Amino acid sequence: MNASATDHIQTLERPYNSNLSVSFSPHARSSVTTERIMWTVVACLMPSLILSMFVFGIQTLVITAVSVISCVMTEAICQKLLNRPITINDGSAVITGILMAYVIPPGVSVWMPIPGAIMAIFITKIIMGGLGFNVFNPALMGRALLMASYPVAMTAGWVPPIRDLSLGRYFHAGVDAVSSATPLYVLKHYGISGLMEKYGSMSTMYFDFFFGFSPGCIGETSACVLLMGGLILLYKKYITWHIPVSVIVSTAFFTWVFGGETWFSGNPILAVLSGGVILGAFFMATDYVTSPNEKRGQLIFGAGIGALTVLIRLKGGYPEGVCYAILLMNPLVPALDQWFRPKRFSEGAL
Amino acid sequence: MKNKSTVLPDFPMGGIHPPERKELTEHLPIETMPDPSKIALFLKQHVGYPSEVMFSLLSELYSPEYYLEDNICKDGACALNTADKKRLAVGELIGSTKNKIGASLHSGLDGVVEGVFDTIHPVLGKSPAIIVSKNGQTSPPEFSKKDWTQYSRQELLDKIKAAGIVGLGGAGFPADIKLNVKPDIFLDTLILNGSECEPYLTCDHRVMAEYPLDIIEGAKIIMKILGITRCVIGIENNKPDAIAALEQAILKDPNKMGFDIFVQPLTVKYPHGSADQIMESITDRVRPSGKRSSSIGIIVQNVYTTKTIYDAVAFDKPFYERVVTFSGRGIARQANLLVKIGTRLADVVEYLGGTTPDLAKIVIGGPMMGVAVSSLNVPITKTTSGVLFLTREEIGEDQKYGPCIRCGFCLDACPMGLDPSNIGIFVEAGKGAECEQFGFWNDCFQCGSCAYACPAKRPLVQFIGLAGIKVEEAKKKEES
Repeated sequence: MNASATDHIQTLERPYNSNLSVSFSPHARSSVTTERIMWTVVACLMPSLILSMFVFGIQTLVITAVSVISCVMTEAICQKLLNRPITINDGSAVITGILMAYVIPPGVSVWMPIPGAIMAIFITKIIMGGLGFNVFNPALMGRALLMASYPVAMTAGWVPPIRDLSLGRYFHAGVDAVSSATPLYVLKHYGISGLMEKYGSMSTMYFDFFFGFSPGCIGETSACVLLMGGLILLYKKYITWHIPVSVIVSTAFFTWVFGGETWFSGNPILAVLSGGVILGAFFMATDYVTSPNEKRGQLIFGAGIGALTVLIRLKGGYPEGVCYAILLMNPLVPALDQWFRPKRFSEGAL
Repeated sequence: MKNKSTVLPDFPMGGIHPPERKELTEHLPIETMPDPSKIALFLKQHVGYPSEVMFSLLSELYSPEYYLEDNICKDGACALNTADKKRLAVGELIGSTKNKIGASLHSGLDGVVEGVFDTIHPVLGKSPAIIVSKNGQTSPPEFSKKDWTQYSRQELLDKIKAAGIVGLGGAGFPADIKLNVKPDIFLDTLILNGSECEPYLTCDHRVMAEYPLDIIEGAKIIMKILGITRCVIGIENNKPDAIAALEQAILKDPNKMGFDIFVQPLTVKYPHGSADQIMESITDRVRPSGKRSSSIGIIVQNVYTTKTIYDAVAFDKPFYERVVTFSGRGIARQANLLVKIGTRLADVVEYLGGTTPDLAKIVIGGPMMGVAVSSLNVPITKTTSGVLFLTREEIGEDQKYGPCIRCGFCLDACPMGLDPSNIGIFVEAGKGAECEQFGFWNDCFQCGSCAYACPAKRPLVQFIGLAGIKVEEAKKKEES
C-alpha cells in the first residue's frame, strides 16, 4: 500500500450530511393520499345529512353519529385484538358509518346501527383482510344484516318530511314515527295513480323527489345535494363518470322498457329520483375496493347494477333494490377485472 | 403526421402532470465550472461492458476480467507509485473497450492518473473508477472546426465511437452502436427528443436555446449516417424559447443539404421524453413489445447527444464534459453548469455556495426516475443530466405506505397500459413469480407514473422490479 492510497476519494474530508433521506424513486409524489380521498368523500356526504336534519328531524344526526362511532370503534377494537396497525384515521370506517346510516330509515331506534356496524366492519372488512381486500361493500352488508334481522323496523320507520323547513317544527319532530310509505312502496303496490293521489301532480313529485321532500332513508332522498357531492368527486377526479352514468342510464332505460303498464311506458325520471339510485351510483357503486378498475368493466358493472335494481323493484319482494343490486354485482368484480385487462401499449402495434 | 396547427400531438395512454419546477433554472445560461482538483471516472459509465484501462501498469493491476468476476478491488490495491503516474492532457484517451457494446473514456483534466479505486456509484453501490488529479494551471484546449460533409458514413461512425459518446437522455446506450443500423432495415424518420419531461431538469432546454445551430448540424450528421432525409425535433411546449431558437436556426440554415428538418411542439405531459411515447405522439407508430424502435422505421436521439455528436465530428472533441442542471431549493445557487465528467458533487456544491440547512434529499437524475444518494462524494457520470438538492417541503413527508385501495389511479397513469396495482398486491403476497401474466416484462421502463399517482404511496416501481427478479428466478428454477 502506498501513500496515495490514503488520499483516495472516500477518505477525503468532504461535507457529508447523514440526515439525508435515500428513499426510492420517484421522489415526487402527488398530493392526493388515501386519507385525503376518504375525508373528501365524507365532506361530500355532509350536505345530505344537514338537509335530512331539517327534513326528518334531529334524530337523523343521532343515528348517523351512532353509526359512525360504532363503525370506528369496531375497527379500532378489532385491529387492536388482531394486533394489526390501527387505521381509523384513514377515514374509511367513517365513510362506512355514514353510508350505512344513510340507507336506514330515519324512524328506527338509535341503537339500530350497532349490529350493522359489527357486520360491516368486522365481518365484511376486517376478517377479509382489511381495507382493500373486502369483496362486498361494508355499508351495504351492514344494511343487509339489519334488513334481515329487523325487517319491521327497517321497512316501517319512515318519517313524513317537514316541508317548510321551519326551526320550530324541526325541534319538535321527534321519533314518533308516523307510518308513512315511501314513493317506491306506493308505486309498487298502488301503481302510478296511487302515487299521484298521494304526492300530487307529476311536477310537484319531480320537485319534491329532486330536492328531498319525500319519505325515505336518511341520506338518499335528495338527488340535488347528492349530485352536488358526486360532481365534486368527479371534478376532483377521485371517481370517473363511468360507474355513476352507467348505473343511472341503465336504471332509467330498464324502467322505461319494463316499468309501465305496457312496454316502453315506464317513467325513467321518477325511477332515478326515487329510492337510493343517486346515492348508490355516486357513493356506493364507486367504492374503489368493490368496483372494477378498468373502464369497460366499470360500465358493465354499472349497467348490471341498474338492471338488477329494476328487476328487484318490479319483480322482487322489496320495493327498493339498489342495495342488493350492488351487493350482487360486487362478487363479480374480480371476474370483470380478469376479463377486462387494461389495453397494453404494444397492442396498438401493427 | 398529425396536424401541427390545430392540436399539439400527445400520446393517448396514461401520463401524469407533476409540478414542473423548471422555473428555478430554465432562464439561467450555461455556465462553465472551473476544473476541480480531482475527478473520478467510472470504468462503467454506460450500458454495456466497462471500459478497460489504457495503461499497461494499471491494466495488470485491474483487468476487466477481475471486475467481471465480482472481485471488488481492495482499497489502494490499484494505486500507482509516484514514478509510474501517467501524465495526461485534456481529452486524452484513458479507457477503451474491445467489446462491441462499450464506450471510450477521456480525461477532462490536464493531470496525472492516481490509480483505480472503488468509488461510490449512485446505482451500483461501489464501482471502480480512474482517479485523475489536476496538475497546476492549464489553458483550455482548442479545437479547430473541420468540414464534416466530406466524411464517409464509416468515418463519421468512427469519430463518434472515438469520442466515447453515449445517449445522454438517461439510458446511456453507446451512440455509435445505436446509429450503426444495418442497411437492410427500413428507416424514414429521425426524432430528436427535446421534450425533457422530468421536472426540474433544464440542461437540454438550455442546450437547445444556446446551441441550436450545433443541433441542426448534428441532426444532418445523423441523417447522413442513417441515409434518411426527414428529422422531427420534438419539444414540449413549455420551452418556447428553445422552440423559437431551433425554428430560427432551421430558417437561417445556409446549407440544407436536401434534409427536411422541422420542430414539433408537444403537449406537456410526463413521460413524453420516453422513446415509445414521443414516437407515438409524433408519428402515430407504436413499437411492438420487445422490439427496437428501428423496427418501425424511427431512430430517436436526444438533442444533447446530437450536439455532442456534432462536436465530436466537426471539432474532434472527445466527450469529457457535459451540461448538468443543479437545482432544488436545498442548494444556495441553482445553475446549469458545464462540468467535467467525474467531478464530485462536493466540488460542485462548494462552487455553488453550499447546501441549505433544510436539505433533505440529494437526487441524481430527475425526481421521477433519479436515484437518491447519501454522500457528496459521488462523481458525475456521462448520463447524469441533473443533480437535485431537495428540501423537506419539496419531497413531502416520508410516509409508510398503506394497503392498495384499488382506486385504479395507477392504471390511468401507466403509459404502457400495465396493471401496477395487481403486481404490487401479488408481490406483497409473496407471489411475484406469478406476475408474468401482467406482461410488464418488456414494457415497464420505470417511469414512476404509477407510484406518483398512488394515493396509498405504494412503491409500485420497486414492486414491479421485484416481480421481474422473481419471474426470472422462477424461470431459472424451471430450466434446471
